[in-house]
Amino acid sequence: MKGDSPRARAGWTAAIIVVMFYALIPVLWLVSLSLKTPATVSDRKFIPQSTTFDNYTTLFSGGLDSPLLRPLINSVLIALIATVIAVTLASFTAYAIARLDFPGKTVILAGALAIAMFPPISVVGPLFDMWRALGLYDTYPGLIIPYLTFALPLAIYTLVAFFREIPWELEQAAQVDGATPWQAFRKVILPLAAPGVFTAAILVFIFAWNDFVFAITLTSSDRARTVPAALAFFTGESQFTAPTGNIAAAAVLVTIPIIVFVLIFQRRIVAGLTAGAVKG
Amino acid sequence: MSTSAPTQVGEPAVSAPRRGRGGPRQTSDRTKAERKLGLMLCAPAIVVMLLVTVYPILYAIVLSVQKVDLRFPNESGFVGLHNYGAVLSSPLWWQDVGNTAFVTVISVVVELILGMILALVMHRALFGRGLIRTSVLIPYGIVTVVAAFAWFFAFDPSSGFVNSLPFIADDKAWFGERGSAFTVIILTEIWKTTPFMALLLLAGLATIDEGLYEAAKVDGANAWQRFYKITLPLLKPALLVALLFRTLDAFRVFDSIFVMTRGSQDTESVSILGYNQLISRLNLGLGSAVSVLIFILVLAIAFLFVRGFGTATPGSQGEKR
Repeated sequence: MKGDSPRARAGWTAAIIVVMFYALIPVLWLVSLSLKTPATVSDRKFIPQSTTFDNYTTLFSGGLDSPLLRPLINSVLIALIATVIAVTLASFTAYAIARLDFPGKTVILAGALAIAMFPPISVVGPLFDMWRALGLYDTYPGLIIPYLTFALPLAIYTLVAFFREIPWELEQAAQVDGATPWQAFRKVILPLAAPGVFTAAILVFIFAWNDFVFAITLTSSDRARTVPAALAFFTGESQFTAPTGNIAAAAVLVTIPIIVFVLIFQRRIVAGLTAGAVKG
Repeated sequence: MSTSAPTQVGEPAVSAPRRGRGGPRQTSDRTKAERKLGLMLCAPAIVVMLLVTVYPILYAIVLSVQKVDLRFPNESGFVGLHNYGAVLSSPLWWQDVGNTAFVTVISVVVELILGMILALVMHRALFGRGLIRTSVLIPYGIVTVVAAFAWFFAFDPSSGFVNSLPFIADDKAWFGERGSAFTVIILTEIWKTTPFMALLLLAGLATIDEGLYEAAKVDGANAWQRFYKITLPLLKPALLVALLFRTLDAFRVFDSIFVMTRGSQDTESVSILGYNQLISRLNLGLGSAVSVLIFILVLAIAFLFVRGFGTATPGSQGEKR
């Protein structure tokens, strides 16, 4: 750093600013729109001339019948449940693949990879039909099941990559030192495995939070509709008010958790995203 | 995972044999038990994945050779390959395949170039690497539908700021015409997914031995030669994996088109076509034929990458080490 010329530093600063600007401008535009009053929403100005929080408060007026509250609850619960199940199942599988010797590992990994590439639209029709027959259409499980399935490959690859790095000998070493198997697992292996499990959980959550195709095809009402699907079907309070401000406000609200996630866990997210793909 | 710990019991801990992958293979009770445990641990995930992907795609094939229209439930019956004939002879299908291929190719190529530049910048960053990483992770994390709305509102002629920029007509209706609508759709795709590409390439760059560059510098190679002769060949595995994933992902393009045009102005993708047939028109037979054809196209792309370019399946080498 000391050897850097001022010109090089200026160049880097410019590059950083360009990248940040490009990455953030649509988000800033949403924030700006969400704060504008109906009279100024079409003024095309980046800084709101008059600000209001009405766009946010109307999203929640009316409690559970409000435009956003129910979808927001649905989104959080569905994504959380899918994450817990997917990460649990993936932990079993990844542990076996990383640690145990048994035939068919390559087949399992290849199969998981094939599913990662699978086009969701190809199963939407059959699932729509099956879910209606099974009573899962427009319910939480109806979305949780496809989410956890399509997130499993990502979770398995991330966890296998992490688990392979764990020095499992420590578990035996702890037992030599007199720890019971459970203590060895809890005090030695669990702390080592936790970051990987947590990383997989973040990636699965982002996947489930983001989905749109399943959310609009397998739901028909606010019973199970998640925020992305609800956003796409937003309508204004009357047919004369475009819901631009409301959509922008809702978009900002669902983006905040993601930005917080990213800020706190960015190292983990990057490690998880790249662990499976590059080590191979 | 707690259930797996007791397998250690009874093993003489001191002389614990390392589970040698190349060791003598005798099917002792110990290895049998390990195999059984391994398969049992994998079973739940395998069952779920088979039930929710393989079974539905087989069901889709069954539906695709029947007339199943939920609006006319009494007219169901076996029709052979009639649905496929109807799809393949329709100009709309070919138009949508062309649209999807167009969006895929343009966005993946631009992402590759931008992602590579971004990865090199982050790799060589003098300072502020964390700041760049944080900012590029935001597009990655944002819900695709939200990203689509953000760009839609930015380009919207009535409220967007884009039309007030210099050199752009004040009343340009971006979504009223095919070319400009595709421009915004592709821009959204690129904005959203370049970070993913950049991060994968950055991880690939980190695996390259810096000594190679030093040696090449000593031998008088310039920056371009170093990139072309060292970086590119060594980055090839990471590059191909990133390309494969992004190509298949881009081929499924749905969210941004749904939000921005719903497929009007001839901007429909194959996924939108499938959705319209299945969900809007409730024509499960015809829609399933579309689904199966999309599945075959995706298989063909994956096959082309693996066989044509020699993309290694991630994890496959890890198995052999």
